[in-house]
Formats: sequence, C-alpha cells, structure tokens
Amino acid sequence: MKDQLDLFEVFVRARRGLDHKHVGSLHAEDHEQALEYARDVYTRRSEGVSIWVVRSADICASQEDDSESFFDPSDDKPYRHATYYQLPEAVKNM
Amino acid sequence: MTPEQNFMRKIEAEEKIEPKDWMPDAYRKNLVRQVSQHAHSEVIGMQPEGNWITRAPSLRRKAILLSKVQDEGGHGLYLYSACETLGVAREELVAAMQQGIAKYASIFNYPAQTWADVGAIGWLVDGAAIVNQVSLQRTSYGPYSRAMIRICKEESFHQRQGFEIMLVLASGSPEQQAMAQDALNRFYWPSLMMFGPHDAESAHSARSMQWKIKRETNDDLRQKFIDQTAEQVKVLGLTHPDRDLKWNAERGHYDSGDIDWDEFYNVINGNGHANRQRLAHHIQAHEEGAWVREAMSAYKARRKALTAQQAA
Repeated sequence: MKDQLDLFEVFVRARRGLDHKHVGSLHAEDHEQALEYARDVYTRRSEGVSIWVVRSADICASQEDDSESFFDPSDDKPYRHATYYQLPEAVKNM
Repeated sequence: MTPEQNFMRKIEAEEKIEPKDWMPDAYRKNLVRQVSQHAHSEVIGMQPEGNWITRAPSLRRKAILLSKVQDEGGHGLYLYSACETLGVAREELVAAMQQGIAKYASIFNYPAQTWADVGAIGWLVDGAAIVNQVSLQRTSYGPYSRAMIRICKEESFHQRQGFEIMLVLASGSPEQQAMAQDALNRFYWPSLMMFGPHDAESAHSARSMQWKIKRETNDDLRQKFIDQTAEQVKVLGLTHPDRDLKWNAERGHYDSGDIDWDEFYNVINGNGHANRQRLAHHIQAHEEGAWVREAMSAYKARRKALTAQQAA
C-alpha cells in the first residue's frame, strides 16, 4: 500500500462566473499529473472551463457527528430569514 | 486575437472574467477601487448600528440587530476576499482606508441618534444598497459577482427588519410617530446620495459601464429606489420628505426634487458629523487587536521552528 499514489480531490468550474464544484477524486503522483488525469477522466464531454486539484490530505473537514456544535445554534435564529418579518401586502416584494 | 481583444470578447459575450484571466491594468485598478470601497462600507457600516445593540428596546430587537451587524462584518470579509483575488493584500486596502485614501459610503458618516434611525437605516440605507447590489450580481468580474449573489441572499432580512421597526413606530404614540418621521427626514436624502453623483458628473461611470463592472447607471438605480420608496412611505403613513415628488405618468416614474450635492461632497471630503469618529474607532479597534495578530504569528514561528527541529 505504501506505493499508492496520493489521493486528490477534483473541482470543475462548469462555466465562467460559477463556483468550482466538487466532482470526484483520483490518484496521482503530483499536482501536474492530477490535473492531466482530471482532464482525462472528469472533463471528456466539455464539462468545464477550469479545474482545481487539491490533495485530499490537505482538506480539513468538519464531521457530521460534530454538526451540533457547528450548525445547531442557527436553528433558533429564525429572524435571520426574510420570511420571519410579516409586512403589509403593499410592500410584500421588499 | 490579442489578449485585449479576447478580454473584450468575453465582456461582450456576457462571460465573466476570472482571477487568472488577462485583464487591462485599468480594469483591475477600477475593480480594486470599487470592491475595496464596498468592503470598507460594510465594515464601517457596523458602527452606527452597533452603537444601538446594548440599547435595543427588547431582547428580540437586540438579537435581530446583533445578527444584522454580524452579517455586515461577514459581507466585508466576502468582499475583501474577492478583492484579494486581484493581487492586492488586505493590509494595503485597510491601510488606504485608515489613511483616508480609499473611501467608504458617505452615509455612514451620519450618526444614528434615535432608535427610529436604526429602523430608517435598515429600510432606506440597506434598501438603497440592495438596489445597487442586485444590479451588481451581474458584474463582469466572477469573484465580485459571486460575493454579491451571496450577500443579496443574506441581506434580504436587513431591509425588512428595518421597515418593521418603522411600521411599529409609525403606528405607535404621537411621540413614536414623530421619531419615525424625523428619522425618515434625516436619512432620505443621504440615501439618495448613496448612488453617487449624476451620470454626467460621475468620474468612473462610463468606463465601468463599458467594462460591465457596473450594469446600470447611478441615476437609473437611484430612480428605482425613489419609485419603490415612494410607495413604502405611503404604507407607513408618513409625510414624504421630498415636497417636489410627483408621479410622472409619461415616464412611468416619480419626478423628484434636487439633491443637495454640496452636502454630498462636503461629507465625502471629511466634514460629515462622524467622519473623524468612524475612522478613529476603526483604527482603535485595529490597534487593540494587534496582540491577536502578534500571538498568531508567534505561534506560527514556533510551530515552524518545532517542525524544523523534528526534521533535523
């Protein structure tokens, strides 16, 4: 297993103006090779105009088990949403 | 095709310009000026309202105001980050603002004197900002456009909470009604000035429009705001501060009175009620936070030394 190449995550920008979106991952020796592989395996049908590759090990992610401490506090703040405010019909589009 | 032609081709075709694309220096410079000014406005804009968090009339209002001010700080971050993709460091941008070289929206040099002002700011100041920002979602620079889309989504509650405050006051006691009217009178005209000088006098407008950094002119955006506000004033049952305001059926818009541009330039040039206070407060907060930045770089240096030691 030691010989296995590093895992990279691949992000593709479908169109100018859009965010890069995660599409999958692949194994590669380095960034350059990862970019070439990504081109070959993820963009064979003009899926995008730009590719990002990032070593999977370099991604720091929160875990769903921890989601309470990350996301729960938002649940009791309904006033952060526009629909929380009841306004007269005449200014409904505000 | 030259890089310049290719750039213009993308602009004409409504394609976004992305950070690694070639772009004319003047386009980059124009964007840095506009986006950083926008970012500074979000951050300085926290002050007039932040001043009322401890004095909000109820726990509900306090939680709402706290959330709103928190949003403005976040919006500043989105915009500074978008600006940094243009190859400029955040420290430089903040320093330019603190030295008075870069501007922020002059509206924030007006003080929030009463609780009704907090309502008027949400309704009118955020309302004017939203009119501008909705238009900027279609700006030609990708990162700026994406920041605008995110901001518009989050900001929709800001104007509504402000209008709700005004609605409660306007249907309250005679004193509360007077307070709402007074806030409207003081914030209406400066809100119109937020759209900048008339198109003919606007220094950067023509080029920004050609490059699609701006999508609608100052006067067109201002007209939108005048029209929507006129209807909202009626709902509140308050007196409109513009005595010359009149529906023009032919144009399909309201005609309005003259803006006092002397006041606009006077405030922009540093002589508003709170210019000095806003900058002094920003500098003070920045300096008081120096120990956090120092601690972070000390930690980084220590970790680096430790890693080097382990490697040896």
